[in-house]
Amino acid sequence: MRSTLKAALAALATVAFTSGGTFGDGHSLTGNLKIFLDTSNPAPRATMEAMIGRFQEMHPDLEIDVTVIDREEYKTQIRNFLSANPPDVANWYAANRMRPYVEAGLFEDVSDLWQDPEIAANLASTKGALTIDGKQWGVPYTYYQWGVYYRKDIYEELGLSEAADWEQFVANCQAILDSGRKCFTIGTKFLWTAGGWFDYLNMRTNGFDFHMSLAAGDVSWEDDRVRQTFANWRQLIDMGAFIDNHQTYSWQEALPFIVNGEAVHYLMGNFAVAPLRDAGLTDDQIDFYQFPVINSAVLLAEDAPTDTFHIPANAENKEAARAFLKFVVSEDEQTEINNGSNLGQLPVNAKSSVDDDKFLREGFAMLSTNSPGGVAQFWDRDAPAEMAKVSMEGFQEFMVKPDDLDRILSRLERARQRIYN
Amino acid sequence: MFPTPIERTSRAWQLTYRMLLPAALIMWLLPLIAVAIFSIKPAADFTTGNYWGWPSAFEGFTNYGKVFFESDMPRYLLNSVFITLPTVAGAVILSSMTGFALGIYRFRANILIFFMFVAGNFVPFQILMVPVRDLTLQLGLYNTITGLVLFHVAFQTGFCTLFMRNFIRALPFELIEAARVEGVNEFRIFWFVVLPLMKPAIAALAVLIFTFIWNDYFWAVVLTQGVETQPVTAGITSFNAQYRAAYHLMSAGSIIAALPPVLMFFLMQRHFIAGLTLGAVK
Amino acid sequence: MSRTDMPLIGRQSSWLRRNQIALAPWLFLTPVVLFFLFYVIFPIFQSFNVSLYEWDGLGPRKYVGFRNYEYLYWEFVDRDAFFVSLKNNVLWLVLYLLAIPAGLLIALFLNQTVAGIRLYKSLFFFPFVISQVVVGLVFTWFYDPTFGLLNSLLGVFGLGPVNVLGDENLVTYGIVLAGLWPQTAYCMILYLTGLNAVDPEQIEAGRLDGAKGVRMLWYVIVPQLRPATFIAFVVTIIGALRSFDFIAVMTQGGPFGSSRVLAFYMFEVALSEYGFRMGYGAAIAVTLFAIMVVFIAYFLWSMYREERGY
Repeated sequence: MRSTLKAALAALATVAFTSGGTFGDGHSLTGNLKIFLDTSNPAPRATMEAMIGRFQEMHPDLEIDVTVIDREEYKTQIRNFLSANPPDVANWYAANRMRPYVEAGLFEDVSDLWQDPEIAANLASTKGALTIDGKQWGVPYTYYQWGVYYRKDIYEELGLSEAADWEQFVANCQAILDSGRKCFTIGTKFLWTAGGWFDYLNMRTNGFDFHMSLAAGDVSWEDDRVRQTFANWRQLIDMGAFIDNHQTYSWQEALPFIVNGEAVHYLMGNFAVAPLRDAGLTDDQIDFYQFPVINSAVLLAEDAPTDTFHIPANAENKEAARAFLKFVVSEDEQTEINNGSNLGQLPVNAKSSVDDDKFLREGFAMLSTNSPGGVAQFWDRDAPAEMAKVSMEGFQEFMVKPDDLDRILSRLERARQRIYN
Repeated sequence: MFPTPIERTSRAWQLTYRMLLPAALIMWLLPLIAVAIFSIKPAADFTTGNYWGWPSAFEGFTNYGKVFFESDMPRYLLNSVFITLPTVAGAVILSSMTGFALGIYRFRANILIFFMFVAGNFVPFQILMVPVRDLTLQLGLYNTITGLVLFHVAFQTGFCTLFMRNFIRALPFELIEAARVEGVNEFRIFWFVVLPLMKPAIAALAVLIFTFIWNDYFWAVVLTQGVETQPVTAGITSFNAQYRAAYHLMSAGSIIAALPPVLMFFLMQRHFIAGLTLGAVK
Repeated sequence: MSRTDMPLIGRQSSWLRRNQIALAPWLFLTPVVLFFLFYVIFPIFQSFNVSLYEWDGLGPRKYVGFRNYEYLYWEFVDRDAFFVSLKNNVLWLVLYLLAIPAGLLIALFLNQTVAGIRLYKSLFFFPFVISQVVVGLVFTWFYDPTFGLLNSLLGVFGLGPVNVLGDENLVTYGIVLAGLWPQTAYCMILYLTGLNAVDPEQIEAGRLDGAKGVRMLWYVIVPQLRPATFIAFVVTIIGALRSFDFIAVMTQGGPFGSSRVLAFYMFEVALSEYGFRMGYGAAIAVTLFAIMVVFIAYFLWSMYREERGY
């Protein structure tokens, strides 16, 4: 939704904010700063508006104009506004998801920001995800872990414990099925949820580097290692581990199954915690663990999608935009916007503190100490758009019709040969 | 009259018919009735699985109130109005000109131009999508109501011309000849002789185009983005993305989005049907 | 409005006056024709042109000749997305035509003069004026595997549950059925108008010849409904080929692409979340256009015949 925030900003500016405001270039910025955001859900929206309010307070002469667009629509509209109606700052996603715009020359090269010693030192872990052709094209502002969210109370009822390896994972699942529940809820109508499953199964089966080569189009989809990933997946499918009719549900429509205890796990990003809590589950009922080891010969690797800010190449006030990007990644802002009452995610600045929420703490520990193989963005951000689309459709089809794997893989292989050429 | 009028049939069949009528109607409108019921249910009914039972409470006011006061629906509705009305006006004005020119005058290119409009009207939207989107971007009209209206007017002119021209053809040509003998110039003939006779056609077209444009989804998605410009058809999908799984609100939103053309239809039924069925009788 | 109103200034104006009947249509037509050419006709040719390029809609275009059509050909041969879309388009075309007999049936049912029949007619008709987006939503819930009315009804008979929109073999039928609902209403209203104009003398003559029921319908009534049938046919075909809204709202082409039609597939590859293939999309649109041209030509041809008789 679009709205001019001037009134709200003026109100906010009168509220003293003490912890921020130390970050600045010394001289005040002027002119207009047009910001486009996709944070249309209420909590992220309020967070962003408050953050911009604090930036406004530091630069009272700057006219800030914020436009919030529906998150789903934003994904198709960014290509239009970047060329037709560019703002000065726009948010987006890292890795291959930004490649079309980088290659079309629509994003500004912000490598200069990354030269700043503070940023270079504190944001080093996400630099790779923002780099294309040796240059950086934006800054991150938040990231979050993925993992196995589960009903702790049902685990206790059945006497199960968090699975550390695949055998236990499968055994747990069998016990759950025997109790008349489904193991996993999932809604694959919009495909990407199946991409998350593929990420984990493939990274655990073949390792991070193989996974990245596959995303980069260097490995055949008909390779035996890929087949092994699908064989593992199939083990769960054949058990009947996933809820029925998942192809008709969105990820939100799949939530009631875990809320009502009809399914026990949800492989999801940390953003699933908020709706689970809203639906009435307490922290005693939901917990989280790292996706278990499948092949002990490969290092553990995780999905941690990074959301980003960019400056469109045709922006008018790039000076203010750069100042804004620096402000966003600053230590205090990162602590503030990612805390539990705001985004409820992880800060990208190494000096920032992670909020004292059990999911955030565990997630942060997992990503920083127990993901030696590497950190992936997410399948639809690591693979090029077209390949992501075709393959996720294949994953969905495989989940419904596992017998058709050969046909699906040969289709993906054909797509690979066309897309990466 | 066919089939045999009911009054002339057996008593038993007459009774059956009278009972069949409402039963058939309920069957026919069943999906819609379901949505109407959804829209007055409280949220609790959906979490407790009471989908088809009696609503546990009447929450119609709350649900519709939420749609009107706590969402962007009013803005989307307003956008729809701002898109629809100028399009109706534009298409009707332009097509009365073309309809007049093609219906009254005999010249060599007449049939060709007429067929161009007719053929253009049946073209699949998709073949226009990429170029029209580019064109709109280049004109700086992307994501503006003006951009959407301009295209709608151009496209609808095809259909409206077909309609107007056939209507004018059926007017008594002697009137025009008489005016010409009087020495009335052609523009005055258009304005004072033909236009007044076209009133029913204009009314019929206006309600038809209103409905078509109000219900357009494809071009709204291709040429606009966001709550500032998008009509309610596109708005309802964002609304639903926001309230996914909140079926009571989605139902209320859908009903509100669908209502204006329905009202238009019931108020202007005669014109509407006259417009739709033009040519259905010889 | 009298002769004295006419200005008589100089030669030019009298030339204008003498030729005004020849000129007037052009004055009326030129601006509109240009407008229409600009927005509707030229874009058709531009689409042909774009289909010869590889273009992501952002950067420069690359000329690739007919390669996009080659991809389509291979997708067809491999029974991939394009094949599925084409197959579904055929399915839509055939099944959508059921709206015509269904509409006639309801029209016959409602063509009576009992009290309140006008209201019945309106209520039967009004699904047509509801936007396809809303109809699509309504039917999505109707089919929902957990709480949909359809499964609740099937449950009463001990059947189901069926996940219509999640089953690759049912999904297109499910969507077409949603589409048939308003389309049948439209055909119904065409036939109601047509039935009104049926010549009563011919019916009486038929009755005297002993024609009744279906025979009467087929030999006496249907031939007289030809104009209504023609319009119903044209409108239904065009509607079937344009089907986009239902698919976009109900399934987004899924599950795994099995409910795509050309119109949706085109949008998907060119402008959807992961779609950046403008040239390829244009090639699909050109194919769809080629199919549609057959029907447009048929329509223009029958209009032309009528015109000559006029």
